[in-house]
Amino acid sequence: MLRVISRRLVQLAVTLLALTTLVFFWLRSLPGGPVDALLGERATPQTRELLTRALGYDQPIWVQYGKFLQNVVTGNFGNSIRTGEPVTEVIGRAFPATVELAVAAIIIAIGLGVPLGYLAARHRGRVLDNATIIVTLVGISIPIFFLGYLLKDWLTQGVHVFPPSGRISTGLDNTDVTGFFVLDGLLTRELDASADALWHLVLPAVTLATIPLAIIIRITRASVLDVLDEDYIRTADAKGLRSPTIRKRHVLRNALLPVVTIIGLQTGALLAGAVLTEKVYNWGGLGTLITDSISGSRDYPVLQALILLAAVVFIVVNLVVDLSYAVIDPRVRVR
Amino acid sequence: MTRALSDVKRRRIDELIAHTSDAGGVSLLRDAGRRLVRNPTAIVGAAIIVLFLIIAIFAPLVAPHDPVQRFPELTQNLTVDTIPGAQAGHPLGSDPLGRDFASRMIYGARQTLFVGVLATLIGLLAGVLLGAVAGAVGGWVDAVVMRLTDVMLALPSLLLAITLVALARESSQWTVIVAVAIVNVPIFARLLRGSMLAQRESDHVLAARALGVKQRHIVSRHMLPNSLTAVIVQATLTFAVAILDAAALSFLGLGDPDINRAEWGLMLGVDGVRYFEVRPELAYYPALAIILVALGFTLLGESIREALDPKNRR
Repeated sequence: MLRVISRRLVQLAVTLLALTTLVFFWLRSLPGGPVDALLGERATPQTRELLTRALGYDQPIWVQYGKFLQNVVTGNFGNSIRTGEPVTEVIGRAFPATVELAVAAIIIAIGLGVPLGYLAARHRGRVLDNATIIVTLVGISIPIFFLGYLLKDWLTQGVHVFPPSGRISTGLDNTDVTGFFVLDGLLTRELDASADALWHLVLPAVTLATIPLAIIIRITRASVLDVLDEDYIRTADAKGLRSPTIRKRHVLRNALLPVVTIIGLQTGALLAGAVLTEKVYNWGGLGTLITDSISGSRDYPVLQALILLAAVVFIVVNLVVDLSYAVIDPRVRVR
Repeated sequence: MTRALSDVKRRRIDELIAHTSDAGGVSLLRDAGRRLVRNPTAIVGAAIIVLFLIIAIFAPLVAPHDPVQRFPELTQNLTVDTIPGAQAGHPLGSDPLGRDFASRMIYGARQTLFVGVLATLIGLLAGVLLGAVAGAVGGWVDAVVMRLTDVMLALPSLLLAITLVALARESSQWTVIVAVAIVNVPIFARLLRGSMLAQRESDHVLAARALGVKQRHIVSRHMLPNSLTAVIVQATLTFAVAILDAAALSFLGLGDPDINRAEWGLMLGVDGVRYFEVRPELAYYPALAIILVALGFTLLGESIREALDPKNRR
């Protein structure tokens, strides 16, 4: 087990090193170089030279590369071009918003997806099964930003069930502790703030959950169908176990293994989907940050940090998922 | 009782004989083809795609107007912030610039097909090339290619596409196509490599090697053709993802800047969402078209995969 972990950690380090290197050379390959990107095209030669020296671009490339790596390791990504603040601060502010949204979405996706997939498999070929299949197929074929606008139009305009955008109502005097608004409300006993934040969370979370939900339903269904066909289920049935016991101990435990892997892979879809969902609902998280950093003049320091962050999150989550296999599946531990 | 039982047994044996003698001479491909034609899901998928292709190919004949021609009489009598709806000669009304929306939808099939096919094809060719080299040569080449795909897969697909578009100095239709294509390269590469590796150890490759067939020919004649089915399935599914990703890039403002281009993703991602509250039809029609086409390719792709799966062979 330890060997597996250490091998995966080395792999993670190698991938990240390669990605950092690519990002480094990407920034250097920009038309006119990073200095032009920072100053724009109308900069005077003097300011250009000043900035070149200040940023260390007059030094040999391997010195620059070394310094860049050192900065990345110490978490120093420079300042945002747009706002002038340190990149880590900008990202730190947006991070909780996206995590809150993504966690809510994955809770919806798993909470609905696993039972629905299981039910569809048990009622194979009947109305419920066919309906589920059609809905999931549409779910993976719909552009999710369009779904976002659709939900927003239906539930915030005429009927006004949910707030159309933002994370919390303006004018609500909520105390910021962790940056996770729902959690903050609970911690400070400002339950109204917590409820308000939760209310704002519903539509974006549902929008973001669509694709993972559809995929989790499909995988659960297929996996349950596979397991139901196994000899050990027939054995359990033949030796007279009661069906709830069979379902819980034999079907679900085995069928959920592939689902766990998919949940890990869906973090990627969540990160990408967050960019679109956050734009629709004006959420103000990492996705909004990405959109803002690419529209108009590009905010390269922020973008570069976001790319690395996305990769780290994606790889680490999948590592955790792989490791959790050992907990759920005793067969992995033996190997 | 005994009589009934023996009847059942005899029938089962007859069935078995009929079955084995029938399936004995049928190749996997023909068998899969037969299953595919009988599968209603595949038929629905194929029908959607054929309809889409017909509209795309015969767009100039079907469309009532030129998709870029502006009709000033449609927009000039209107107050601000409204967009003309359906009327005589313009069944779906017009877009914000006074162009016939129905014609743009019809020509949109063409452009969407163009973007989807090219993005898929470029990704497929580059991926197949990388995967084939990795799988055929092995050793350090394989290791380098695999680490490269690791790095590309470390970023979620749309984020990688965004990064790639942000890399380009200015966006055009080609930056979108190439970005979406590159995102799919590692998937195709890994798929092909896996399949080639499995075949390297197989008997038919060993036999070819024993007969002294050149490595080049073993790869091109024996290993590649046998690996291609998985790639074809993946390509069918990729097409759906490609047009969805292209639409998402348009929505993020990273799409094709040409305002004359009629492409569904562009129509949905730019004007569709901008005028959603004024005239949601501008979003509904392209979105519906995208959903249908993506659905068609997904249905067909999954049916082919199912048909090729030996587990379903009877």
